[in-house]
Amino acid sequence: MLNFFMLILIYSGVYALMAIGQNCITGSTGMLSLCHAGFFCIGSYATAIMCKVFGLSFWLSLPVAALVAGFVGFLIGVPTLRLKGDYLCIATLGLGEIIRNIATNINPVGITSIPRASLFGYQFASRNKGAFIILIWAFVLIFYILFQQLAHSRLGRAMTAIREDEVAAQSNGINVTKYKISSFVLGAAIGGIAGCFQTAYTLTVSPSSYTFMVSVMVLCTVVLGGMGNAKAVILGAFIIQFISYFQQLTGLTNIIPPQANQMIFGLILVVMMIWRPQGLLGRDKYRYGDPRTMRQKIAAAFQPRKKGGER
Amino acid sequence: MATLTLYIQYIVNGLTLGAIYSLIALGYTMVYGILKFINFAHGDILMVGAFIGLIVYEALLGTSTSPVWMMAAFFIAMIVSMVLSALLGMFIERVAYKPLRNANRLAPLLSAIGVSFILSNGAAWIFGTQSRRFPYPFDNTPITFGGISITPHQILMLVVSVVMMVLLAFFVNKTRMGKAMRATSLDQPTSALMGINVNRVISLTFAIGSALAAVGGILAAFDFRVYPSMGTMTGLKAFVAAVIGGIGSIPGAMIGGILLGILEAVGAPLLHIPNGLKDTVAFAVLIIVLLLRPEGILGKNEREKV
Amino acid sequence: MRLLSTEHLTREFGGVIAVNDVSFNVEKGLVTGLIGPNGAGKTTLFNQITGVDKPTRGNIIFDGQDITGFPAWKVSRLGIARTFQNIRLYKELTVVENVMTGLHFKVGKDPFHGRFLQALKSYAFAQRENREVYGKAMEWLRFFDLDSHAQDFARSLPYGMQRELEIARALAADPKLLFLDEPAAGMNPAETEHLMEVVDKIRSLGVTVVLIEHDMKLVMNICDQITVLNFGTKIAEGTPQAIKQDKAVIEAYLGKEEE
Repeated sequence: MLNFFMLILIYSGVYALMAIGQNCITGSTGMLSLCHAGFFCIGSYATAIMCKVFGLSFWLSLPVAALVAGFVGFLIGVPTLRLKGDYLCIATLGLGEIIRNIATNINPVGITSIPRASLFGYQFASRNKGAFIILIWAFVLIFYILFQQLAHSRLGRAMTAIREDEVAAQSNGINVTKYKISSFVLGAAIGGIAGCFQTAYTLTVSPSSYTFMVSVMVLCTVVLGGMGNAKAVILGAFIIQFISYFQQLTGLTNIIPPQANQMIFGLILVVMMIWRPQGLLGRDKYRYGDPRTMRQKIAAAFQPRKKGGER
Repeated sequence: MATLTLYIQYIVNGLTLGAIYSLIALGYTMVYGILKFINFAHGDILMVGAFIGLIVYEALLGTSTSPVWMMAAFFIAMIVSMVLSALLGMFIERVAYKPLRNANRLAPLLSAIGVSFILSNGAAWIFGTQSRRFPYPFDNTPITFGGISITPHQILMLVVSVVMMVLLAFFVNKTRMGKAMRATSLDQPTSALMGINVNRVISLTFAIGSALAAVGGILAAFDFRVYPSMGTMTGLKAFVAAVIGGIGSIPGAMIGGILLGILEAVGAPLLHIPNGLKDTVAFAVLIIVLLLRPEGILGKNEREKV
Repeated sequence: MRLLSTEHLTREFGGVIAVNDVSFNVEKGLVTGLIGPNGAGKTTLFNQITGVDKPTRGNIIFDGQDITGFPAWKVSRLGIARTFQNIRLYKELTVVENVMTGLHFKVGKDPFHGRFLQALKSYAFAQRENREVYGKAMEWLRFFDLDSHAQDFARSLPYGMQRELEIARALAADPKLLFLDEPAAGMNPAETEHLMEVVDKIRSLGVTVVLIEHDMKLVMNICDQITVLNFGTKIAEGTPQAIKQDKAVIEAYLGKEEE
């Protein structure tokens, strides 16, 4: 059981990364894209090819995975981001399937026995789950901080403005197309990085693991936690993975079929939209002009919260 | 001469396939016309319809082999499936979409993705993931005239689809409720002020769309078999048909479906598309249509009012 | 001095001519009113000029430059800001964030425009940049007496304040020319009164203002120059006094008198 719990921690890390990427696209910029499985796939394959075929180290293939996924995001984004709402959703769904389809046609069996990642001579073997948990969650933390910084910068404000009102954003001098593409590329690149970690952990890639279901799970993660809120999205990733591994964790594999979990994901989407569209944690309200320095803010974050304190 | 008959043959095949796409596309287009959102779960309703049809048909048939009873059982199964699918469609609308009518645009879409997931996985849970054959209720030996062969199944597809579309056209254009439906799709708040029960119109739209999808699902099932994810690809193709015809336009969906069917039947052998890439090509066509002509042939170009 | 002029501007929507051959001038430093019955094409004209929509024919000259067909973001960067008839605030953002977004192109650079490094810098030093943007935004909020609401969500403001916030957001970009689309629509008399003061204050900043308005008292009081549209065509132009007596204008509003 501990074993499965650790597995949940690893996969929630991978999904948290993906969800941070999806959150950038859907939560911040308001574009409903359904091809995160595609970026995940590209990141995984890029890492597999870099490590196995070119013999690069995991650490070098990490930025390559991000760049390749980001580049594909750019290629996809330039034509499709003109589309709005429903059409964008369907077009990206199609593109995600095209990516998987092409991967299946080129490499139907996948790639196996990919060399392990190592750091200062330490080998990350799949059985050392603890080490993986630390590795992945370290990156989740890094990307969380980077994303928070992004969300509250000029770029992030432009992205949220587009989500809120495209016409007004244009009239405020925001080049909507450029920012939409930037957001899409960033989201795709983070999805690619998630793929990179997936490969490093499983040491195999197979096109059958990047189905539409993965995209829906990522979307579900973002919706459950709260769109536009990176903290919430990480919480969402944990809950979704907990649901995914519920049977293994409780030993009920023979009683509850895997479809039940996926039905729950569907149910989460419906129920959240009706009951709490802003997600479990809701929007992250950021207070600009806080006169405290970064150090004071960090100190305050560790202080026990006072009741009725200043907002 | 031989190539000409070959192409006529392709067109005949395309026409029958297209008739099914039209039936399914009508559901997308009618819902879009009124609620301005794409009912993502439409393809899964088609799948549920096909399963209901198959189960009822097999139950009615029992061990009987009488050809008359086989046809009768088939039509009874089709009608039962239509009714149950209509109820399912209305139920889904009531539970998953109605509370979101005033929410932002992404909300009903996300909800629809959720519904689609629930339906397809629910079906996989209940019926298993294996595909099942829907037996023909008649002897499906092709009939040949002048080198062109047409199967009884294809004739059935054409006849049923045409009958359904004529009934729908009559309903929408000649009845009070049809008029209410058209009015609602033009301007919902005004229709409500004119005393139209908008909720009922929307319910009815979902019922009709779902019933037509069930028919499409059953007719398609003879060739494509019945399985829990059958709705995804067929649904997406029908969606393309709706977009080609101009989403929101009922005659557009009919024309779009037939056009897509013919394109698929003629294009696939003409371009020698390998089987493995068929879906890729289908999706590529979908994206190209969305990009180049999102308003379709008969659709109106709607712009946001600033 | 002429700041903006349109030359034979025409916009057709599939056979319907919304704006018909309108040549319209805006003098620097004045408040110009654009009036006309509903459906006269006033907002359509605004949309053409601000790049929200593209004209079918004709030219738009702003500050000596032909800006016909420029996208909205480019137009706004040249110094034309606007508000909208049905308020378009970023509702889920705070009041100060709305104005900070208005400052978008005033501070910082865009990514992927040969200025990638600058964009990266703007990201890395976001805190410092934010402080600058925040400071400027707060100045604008103080100008409109909205600073006490800075951390509230824009959607939670009362209607009149939402209108003012939209004006503040537009002004934050430091425009030469400000378009106000029915700023007093839906306001009570006290709010309208306040709005007149606001427009006066804006004028004193040296910003040229063009406004669409149905409230004749407001238009006659604050406009230096009025242009009247009817059925997409310009029917009169002049000072408020002249417009009041113009026969064509009276006809357009009250209908033709029986002979």
